[in-house]
Amino acid sequence: MQDFGDAFALAFGLVLNPTSDLLEIVGLSLRVSLSACLLSCLIGLPLGALLAVTRFRGRGAVLVLLNALMGLPPVVVGLLVYLALSRAGPLGFLGLLYTPTAMILAQAVLITPIVAALSRQVLEGLNDEYADQFRSLCLTRWQSMAALIRDGRTALVTVALAGFGRAVAEVGAVMIVGGNIDHLTRVMTTAIALETSKGELARALALGIVLMVIALAVNAAVQGLRTRTEAEAAHA
Amino acid sequence: MTFRNLTLAAMLATAPLCAQAEESIIVQSTTSTANSGLYDYLLPLFTGKTGITVNVVAVGTGQAIKNAANCDGDVLLVHAKPAEEKFVAEGRGTQRTDLMYNDFVVVGPAADPAGIAGSHDIEAALKSIADAGAAFASRGDDSGTHKAEMRLWQAAGVTPDGDWYRPTGSGMGATLNTGIGMGAYVLTDRATWINFGNKQDYQIAVEGDDAMFNQYGVIPVNPARCPAVKVDAGKAFSDWLLSPEGQEAIAGYKIDGQQLFFPNAPKVAN
Repeated sequence: MQDFGDAFALAFGLVLNPTSDLLEIVGLSLRVSLSACLLSCLIGLPLGALLAVTRFRGRGAVLVLLNALMGLPPVVVGLLVYLALSRAGPLGFLGLLYTPTAMILAQAVLITPIVAALSRQVLEGLNDEYADQFRSLCLTRWQSMAALIRDGRTALVTVALAGFGRAVAEVGAVMIVGGNIDHLTRVMTTAIALETSKGELARALALGIVLMVIALAVNAAVQGLRTRTEAEAAHA
Repeated sequence: MTFRNLTLAAMLATAPLCAQAEESIIVQSTTSTANSGLYDYLLPLFTGKTGITVNVVAVGTGQAIKNAANCDGDVLLVHAKPAEEKFVAEGRGTQRTDLMYNDFVVVGPAADPAGIAGSHDIEAALKSIADAGAAFASRGDDSGTHKAEMRLWQAAGVTPDGDWYRPTGSGMGATLNTGIGMGAYVLTDRATWINFGNKQDYQIAVEGDDAMFNQYGVIPVNPARCPAVKVDAGKAFSDWLLSPEGQEAIAGYKIDGQQLFFPNAPKVAN
């Protein structure tokens, strides 16, 4: 198979000497998936914390549902968001279909259950540890949640990265709501799908390798940030 | 992350993503025209002349028509005449005009298990494939190419069914990749085939039958049905494609010296 060798050579060349088209695509991928990750954290973290500190009838069912939603197929999310944003749909008047904003929304819908379910898991363990203290300090529910999120932040960063990883890797949702339009909504995964469909397998694989390098860089950056803040916390 | 950082990041995320000053339209079109590279060649010419940006959504003809019916596009450029005429008859498009054509070909492996290489008779070739039980990969996705394939099977008097008949349910390029992977014959438009990068030992087996004619049409979406349609910009694009200048540009798109699309818009005196 000639394609492997070609792909690595091509990928190496692209990383060292990126074309402006590639930079545009990479930039959009990062912008869309990081924004979706942020949006899903703003919703998912408080939701996960709330579920971690509260007990109510039907909570078990809610948790099962939330965990099941982690397996939402991207193409189904894409279809749902398409139907909502289409000119014929309820939110059509916003004119958001085939824009990066639509892609952010779709990816946020996709990963919010992941962020919420995983942070619930992490924070519930922490809550079991802290429950007596919270009671003795007479903290309100909101204060407890804030304390949990603050103390669980290291683990929550990993949760956010899991969400980001899922978002940046998916192709089904952004293909439908973004349309893979050149210079407007083309991201790494849809570009890879396009090159594959043109039979340019080496080029497609090279883009895949570039995507892996970017994911690696994002994870390394977060890891670096975490080590630094932990060091600062130790000195404080 | 401090609270301030978080607010800043939230503002960045929700800020308008791109303020587009210039006008832009959305064209719902087919994977075959996009995969052939035609738009990469045509659109800069049009945009350079008019300043209108053309955003192409490339999906199967069936999906393109459905999207346009949902008002999610300003112009429809596809290749399935009966479905296009129905689209206009339903009042969803203003007018359908012939734009250009190319042709379909059947590609197959060098081993040629159905013995059809070099044929110019598509009906006989399809019968041979079915009789030999040779693998055939179909689009199976209600695209223009799929509709054309179903017409050809019907003309050949064969009901494609059985282990050898394999609908992939995906786009033209993906179907070629799959078909080549399993040594199956594939019906493809010539433009996609010429531009396809993963041919391996595949060659054109059947070509040059009049029944394999592949006509493309252009339809502006009807503003009476879809108030958000950019009427003037959409009409400017379809008018340009149909004008002598646009037709010449289509004829000028070549790969390795081969012309991929042949313009055939009706000549109008206006």
